[in-house]
Amino acid sequence: MLKITDLVKRYGGGDPVLKDLGLTIEGESVVSIIGSSGAGKSTLLRCINRLVEPTSGSIVLNGTELTRLRGRHLREARRKIGMVFQSFNLVDRLTVMENVQSGRLGYISTWAAIMRRYPKDDIRRAYELMERVGIAHYANKRADELSGGERQRVGVVRALMQKPEILLADEPTASLDPKTSEQIMGLLRDLSRELKLPVLINIHNVHEAREYTDRIVGMRYGRIIFDDAPGALDQEAMDRIYSGSPAADRADGLRQAS
Amino acid sequence: MTLAEMGRDDWARFTLRQRMQRYAVFAACALAVAWALGSIEIIWAWVWDAPVQMGDLFARMYPPDPTNLGTILRVLWETVNIATIATAFAVILALPVAYLAAQNTTPNQATLWLGRLILVTSRSVNTIIWALLFVAIFGPGIIAGIVAIMFRSIGFVGKLLGEAIEEIDKRPVEALEATGASRFKVIAYAIVPQVMPTFWAVAILRWDINLRESTVLGLVGAGGIGIILQGAIDTFNWREAAMVLLAILALVILGEIVSAWLRRRII
Repeated sequence: MLKITDLVKRYGGGDPVLKDLGLTIEGESVVSIIGSSGAGKSTLLRCINRLVEPTSGSIVLNGTELTRLRGRHLREARRKIGMVFQSFNLVDRLTVMENVQSGRLGYISTWAAIMRRYPKDDIRRAYELMERVGIAHYANKRADELSGGERQRVGVVRALMQKPEILLADEPTASLDPKTSEQIMGLLRDLSRELKLPVLINIHNVHEAREYTDRIVGMRYGRIIFDDAPGALDQEAMDRIYSGSPAADRADGLRQAS
Repeated sequence: MTLAEMGRDDWARFTLRQRMQRYAVFAACALAVAWALGSIEIIWAWVWDAPVQMGDLFARMYPPDPTNLGTILRVLWETVNIATIATAFAVILALPVAYLAAQNTTPNQATLWLGRLILVTSRSVNTIIWALLFVAIFGPGIIAGIVAIMFRSIGFVGKLLGEAIEEIDKRPVEALEATGASRFKVIAYAIVPQVMPTFWAVAILRWDINLRESTVLGLVGAGGIGIILQGAIDTFNWREAAMVLLAILALVILGEIVSAWLRRRII
């Protein structure tokens, strides 16, 4: 269970990006976070694994308070949190297998990491997961030889190699074409069910959020202003989340046209 | 009313004021060059005499004297070894220096300045000056030459490698930090692969430069082919000097070929 309470993040002296934010995720649901650019979605995700330092508040994952961890304790907590990125963030010059195994770096010895002597269990798990997402035949290819959708699959497998207790996805489909994008969303939903893994996805595509996730959280100016099942996201809620933004204006145009 | 409707047909890249400023800068540069030329004392008679002297020297150098070719080639090989050994050590020693001198990897502000201090010290002193220093310390011979070239190369390689580290794509670094990997493992997996091509390119380039530099080390007694060249010139043995110069030319061309080949193979 992930429980966020009174989370505040302020960059410099300006207006906070996250304002006393509270969010609880129980069970293995797929939760999407929508909101216009600058609403604080990415900051929220990065506060959870501390790529961004929260200013105040509390984030508890399965009983561990994450906000005050340092050094080794922080690294051990991060091992339990997988993350998938918009631009995949693979190491281009390494092979797919090395990229996938880099998800295990928090567990294996430095010597094993440098010599690429991965434990047999890890190699077996890597092949299983790569087989599951359809990239096993690329194991020896360099990551930059793959297409966007394949690269994101490598990113997903790398995160799953961590045996995470939660998976964070920061706009995992924003760099992909519509078809590939739906495939990745479907994959994340299916993997969540198979591995009993809660997944938290930042997403701009509201259609995909409705289609592939169990719960939608709407953010605006650092606050959660909508939190319900996809069915409850009506036009009025959309307007509140996106009011004054180009996305809402486009939606208005479409409504009038139809 | 728009500019087009007004029938504007004049346009200038600079305003009058900017043009005047530019002319002033040009004039200042021209003055500086004129002053520099005037302040050095050139004995023009010697300059006009140069073609005759050149012809004379060439006449005395021709034909090159190959009697000592065996010795020349042996010492030339020693020169190659000086360059290669020095480059190898310098490249290894430059790694930690580059790590310290790159803003995104250095542990703290103090180590950053330590790294930069090492780079500046190494780079601001010419190889020949380092050689003079190490000849005084180690005595004449190739050890002084190797250490001198090494000291100069650490700064060069460290500086370029440090800049390569600063220019890497930071996103994979972020991704691996998110997996809970330690600092060292993040460097090994996200930074090292990204700077590898630069590392090899810089190492090969420096070896190429060191090959040329090691040919003059002998002039200050730090080993290599320069000693024979100095000896030949001092004894007015111009035909042997010509032979040595040809040998150096051949070596440099060979070095160029080898480094081009290595570059193609490795990078």
